[in-house]
Amino acid sequence: MAFVTANWNPLGDAFYRKVELYEMGWSLKDGLRECLVAAAPYGGPIALLKEPQRRSPSARPQLEIYSSSGVTMASFVWKSGVVKQLGWTVCDDLLCIQEDGTILIYDLFGNFKRHFSMGNEVGQSQVLEAKVFHSPYGTGVAIVTGASRFTLATNIDDLKLRRLPEVPGLQGAPPCWAVLTQDRQSKVLVANGADIFILDNAVCTPVNPPGLSPQATSIVHMCVSFSYKYLALFTDSGHVWMGSTDLKEKLSEVDTKVRNTPKQMAWCRRPKSREPSVVIMWDRHLLVVGVCKDTIPYHLDDDSVLVPELDGVRIVNGTHHELLQEVPAACEEIFKIASMAPGALLLEALKEYEKESQKADEYLREIKEQNLLGEAVRQCVEAAGHEQEAETQKTLLRAASFGKCFLSNFSPEPQVCMCRDLRVLNAVRDYTVGIPLTHMQFRQMTVRVLIDRLVYRKLYPLAIEICRYLKTPEYQGVSRVLKHWACCKVQQKEEADENIARAISLKLGEAAGISYSEIATKAYECGRTELAIKLLEFEPRSGEQVPLLLKIKRSQLALSKAIESGDTDLVYTVVTYLKNEMNRGDFFMTLRNQPVALSLYRQFCKHQEQDTLKDLFNQDDDHQELGNFYVKASYQEKKLEARIGLLQSAVDEYNKAKNEFAAKLTEEEMRLLRFQRRLEEEKGECLLGFSLHDTISTLLSLGLHKHAEQLYKEFRVPDKRYWWLKLTALAEKEDWEELEKFAKSKKSPIGYLPFVEVCVKRQNKYEAKKYVSKVTLDQKVKAHLSVGDLEGAADAAIERRNEGEIGAVLSRCSPATDRALVERLNRAKATAAKK
Amino acid sequence: MAAHLSYGRVNLNILREAARKELREFLDKCAGSKAIVWDEYLTGPFGLIAQYSLLKEHEVEKMFTLKGGRVPPADVKNIIFFVRPRLELMDIIAENVISEEKLPAPREAHILFVPRRSLLCEQRLKEQGVLNSFTNIDEYILDLIPYDGDLLSMESESAFRECYLENDQTSLFHTAKGLMTLQALYGTIPQIFGKGECARHVANMMLRMKREFAGSQNQILPVFDTLLLLDRNVDLLTPLATQLTYEGLIDEIYGITNGYVKLPPEKFAQKKPGEGGKDLPTEPKKLQLNSAEELYAEIRDKNFNAVGAALSKKAKIISAAFEERHNAKTVGEIKNFVSQLPHMQAARSSLANHTSVAELIKDITSAFEPFSLPLFHTSSYKNFKPISGDNLSSESFFDNLTVEQEFMTGVDTDKINTYIEDCIAQKDPLIKILRLVCMQSVCNNGLKQKVLDYYKREILQTYGYEHILTLNNLEKVGLLKPQTTTRNNYPTIRKTLKLWMEDANEQNPNDISYVYSGYAPLSVRLTQVLARPGWRSIEEVLKMLPGPHFEERQQLPSGLHKKRQQGENRTTLVFFLGGVTYAEIAALRFLSQMEDGGTEYIIATTKLINGTSWVKSLMDRPEAQIL
Repeated sequence: MAFVTANWNPLGDAFYRKVELYEMGWSLKDGLRECLVAAAPYGGPIALLKEPQRRSPSARPQLEIYSSSGVTMASFVWKSGVVKQLGWTVCDDLLCIQEDGTILIYDLFGNFKRHFSMGNEVGQSQVLEAKVFHSPYGTGVAIVTGASRFTLATNIDDLKLRRLPEVPGLQGAPPCWAVLTQDRQSKVLVANGADIFILDNAVCTPVNPPGLSPQATSIVHMCVSFSYKYLALFTDSGHVWMGSTDLKEKLSEVDTKVRNTPKQMAWCRRPKSREPSVVIMWDRHLLVVGVCKDTIPYHLDDDSVLVPELDGVRIVNGTHHELLQEVPAACEEIFKIASMAPGALLLEALKEYEKESQKADEYLREIKEQNLLGEAVRQCVEAAGHEQEAETQKTLLRAASFGKCFLSNFSPEPQVCMCRDLRVLNAVRDYTVGIPLTHMQFRQMTVRVLIDRLVYRKLYPLAIEICRYLKTPEYQGVSRVLKHWACCKVQQKEEADENIARAISLKLGEAAGISYSEIATKAYECGRTELAIKLLEFEPRSGEQVPLLLKIKRSQLALSKAIESGDTDLVYTVVTYLKNEMNRGDFFMTLRNQPVALSLYRQFCKHQEQDTLKDLFNQDDDHQELGNFYVKASYQEKKLEARIGLLQSAVDEYNKAKNEFAAKLTEEEMRLLRFQRRLEEEKGECLLGFSLHDTISTLLSLGLHKHAEQLYKEFRVPDKRYWWLKLTALAEKEDWEELEKFAKSKKSPIGYLPFVEVCVKRQNKYEAKKYVSKVTLDQKVKAHLSVGDLEGAADAAIERRNEGEIGAVLSRCSPATDRALVERLNRAKATAAKK
Repeated sequence: MAAHLSYGRVNLNILREAARKELREFLDKCAGSKAIVWDEYLTGPFGLIAQYSLLKEHEVEKMFTLKGGRVPPADVKNIIFFVRPRLELMDIIAENVISEEKLPAPREAHILFVPRRSLLCEQRLKEQGVLNSFTNIDEYILDLIPYDGDLLSMESESAFRECYLENDQTSLFHTAKGLMTLQALYGTIPQIFGKGECARHVANMMLRMKREFAGSQNQILPVFDTLLLLDRNVDLLTPLATQLTYEGLIDEIYGITNGYVKLPPEKFAQKKPGEGGKDLPTEPKKLQLNSAEELYAEIRDKNFNAVGAALSKKAKIISAAFEERHNAKTVGEIKNFVSQLPHMQAARSSLANHTSVAELIKDITSAFEPFSLPLFHTSSYKNFKPISGDNLSSESFFDNLTVEQEFMTGVDTDKINTYIEDCIAQKDPLIKILRLVCMQSVCNNGLKQKVLDYYKREILQTYGYEHILTLNNLEKVGLLKPQTTTRNNYPTIRKTLKLWMEDANEQNPNDISYVYSGYAPLSVRLTQVLARPGWRSIEEVLKMLPGPHFEERQQLPSGLHKKRQQGENRTTLVFFLGGVTYAEIAALRFLSQMEDGGTEYIIATTKLINGTSWVKSLMDRPEAQIL
């Protein structure tokens, strides 16, 4: 604690510090010499390929994968082609880029996952150099071939190869180049001598870094910052040029006095950096070159590798792993020697308080007098986040809580969060886990990604602990971890299906939002069909089970699961699949056992395949439906004979269905059709398709009374209906003579009010009156009113002593009506009411 | 624009906003100018979610109706098909796309499936060889559309037919999904009640889906306390009866679609001096009907017989308000008056509109008014026919109503009805006949074989033999059926549930029976009994009605249990599977407003129906090919 500033070096207005993260757990004989090294950012894994150029089969190179603390995760003999470059994807997969342009992907544990190629043309010319880069679109790869051409893929998971335009005058490999992401596009920046070009999809544009010192004859090294915003160029004159990647702004230029080409170069800065710098590494020499032109030299004992990070640079060598960074402002304020910043005073106050000295009060008072206690607490909390040592963190947090005691209304939130975050960070920084994240990196990468990383490392218990500790919603946290665990579990070939299924269901049983179908798919991919089926049974989402069940040819089961899900579209999908898979007989049998599927398939057939529909009904001996089917079909027929034929089939089916009524009525229909055709032939009147009612009605209006009569008898039309029909038809024709004849033909089964009404409707009150007298007593009032005979209506109503009717007549009286009549009605109404 | 959605007990605007957001996101996915090709059926429901202005803001420049051939020329970058997942539509789209690709500069094609994408349809597009021609194939999950502050509908036109006739439960799946969406926005509904096969199926799917999404459930305090799922076939009677509320009658007579009604224009003609009656408008008058209109909200659920009084009261208030201007003396008062003018003018035009609508309806129903009150007390009412010889429609409206009420009260339901006979003989509209015959069958728990066959024969001979298919459909769904037992349990149901109230008060109702002037809709009675005293009291009746009844509880995450304030009402979502009528909605609103009701209702359904549209959806009409 006392020596916090021991490893600090001033650079311009700020300090830089180099902190040891780990003493490496690996034991490398020759350190990193002659090794191809790839270390993933955000404290990711490190891959080493020793002596990659070795080609003899007797002595193949060894590929090793370590955690950031040097704990072995995988180690195997490299048997494939010559590797030009190693790199890590955002999902912690290892990319091995071979000379022939093939890229092999391995997981953290050295299991081969897949491979792809950077294009055919690469084969002959070979890959000279390659770079792996990260962008918001995923992990990308860029290569330069022997033909000095660049090929680039922005996202290896959605591989789209882009061959970039030629660089004028470039022979062989360029002295240096870099990939940058600008305007949502990945571009290559390449130097050739003193010239610099930007390559994008379409063109190769020469660019000039503003103010590049003229002594330089060639650019020998370049690097782009973590955020792709800044560029540093190293020239053969030993100058470092620093500026923006769009090459519009120059930040600084510094003469390093070293003319050797550096081995590696990296930007060392943080968001809101006060003194950004570029770290340049030669064999045994490391130089931090600030934009402010200050420099800090370091000596290196061993071959090292720089790993640029969001907020610093990690330095890995054969024995140690260090973090070089600008000292964060909060730490500087607190720990700088003789600092009087509020945070520093608060820390002092705490120390005095712990010594039970009254000086604590003096310090506190000093802060409070300036009204800076809040600021002091904030500084302590923030500084704690930037410290690697748990002891230092604790002291700072204690100081913060101490200070907070003297504050009211101060939100505890930041401090609580920081404590929680640090606890997680310390856990993953632990040597056994080996993920040396800084607090800033952790915030940037999010908990979700951290959990993913732990899962990739199969550190399931820790991942679950963290999820629980951070109260991550289950389906994002614990469930996701368990799913990965299960996917891993199903690959354990030595264990029996039952055991694995049981183990999985035991662990996952209670967890919410688990996708068993994903786990089952994984099992199926590993060739464990039986296990897959067992696991699918745990899947609560029936719908999810279907695709896999179809894939493993459990189509019957798929069908019942689809039905269970209630998703009819899914049922259709399975049915269509079954239809193509099975012979017709089996297919029908399957449907027969699944009524829901059968009805849906019928629906489908009704619109799409009429004939199949018939077959389905036939198979089920559903004669009623077959009858309906033929009736429907008959209406599609243009020819009468065919139509009658279909109706006959319908009759047969209805008979088989014991639906005598339908059979009889359909026979009637056939009879009517035949009659209509005869009529057409005899009289030239086309009535085909008319209903019986309309046919009779037309016959009557045509004066074909005999024919009408014939139908009336033959089809046994009830008298009442026939009378209505004839009455209406005659009135419409205004054949009053015939109507009168009809009325007198026999006693009307519908009474005579309808006669009155149809006449009135045709505006013929004269005819209407003829029938009023025949109307029965209870309808008389209405009949009189219909023809406008108020007096008659009044008489009838009074006679009947019906209050309602009298009222109705009254309501029709107008001021023009005879007074005596009105009075008579009123009197009668009163009497009726009394009753 | 949709403020009326947020005034209710539950802010349904949240749902609308969620739907709008999703639509905007999809439109933005298709960068550049675009034309939408509409499945015509969708335009109505979409109108309730987003007006043209929203589409325009997202570069929609043209709209077409989906039809064969090619998409009309329009200088746009994208063509988006908004369609329901139906195979026949896929064929049309394929035709469109194929002719598009023959053009020198084809436009980019996209499909948006409403309410859900379908593998079957995609398969069809693949068979037609056009699946890869689409840049985006997406789904727009629009299950429940807010129609009013307390009303949601899926507007799935043939849900009842599919569920009960064709055994196709697609719409139930969408219902379950829609309810899940609703729960995602308004919290898990702790209690689910239901009655009927479909209700059971939906509840099962919901419970399963909840298990499937377990863990991803939201932490929202539940807005709804109870969900009640009701099968339409539990109450087949209610939709058959003629609705007698204002809104119900508008729907019965003119048909309300997607919140709009088209009316004959004559009564709405602006009478301008010197213009004579020559140029009567011929375009139907289109009115939007929802609670955003203050007057409409007030009168729509009243029995039509109480509407006249309400309108004249309103007229007095409005003219009094206009008279205020004479009292406005000071500048401040005048300013105050002027500031209220727009509101008053809107109220006045609203009043004028509804007075016209009421007149239109009255022309058809007038006979029903003066007799409706004493009607049910006198024993002679059956013989009494209103006497207004020159207005046949009103007479037939009254006669029809009388017969309906006879059936509902159980008078002579086992005999052939003369009125129905006469109507058939006069070839009245078939649907009217079907409604009556079905009603008789339902009220008699099936008809004697002889009676049934007689009706069927009459219908087939009069309207054509092709209707044998329709009759068969009606039998399949149970609307028509032969009597199998001599026991008719309808009277028991009627008595236990008090489905007939002799003294229905239309002006100042004290019971839901006012919506049918005497008949209390069975579905709503079930809802009412559920709230108090509970279904246990009517176990016997529930057993007589088709399908199981059940209760489920959904576990809430701890901390989300509602602490009810003293006197705070419960909120129940009543979901009608297979359709609901406006009169039933009115009855539920009446229950919500009852002072000591204790429960407020939000109504959801697969489709807003009336007897006519409902029976129509069950009809099969093969088109004859010969002439």
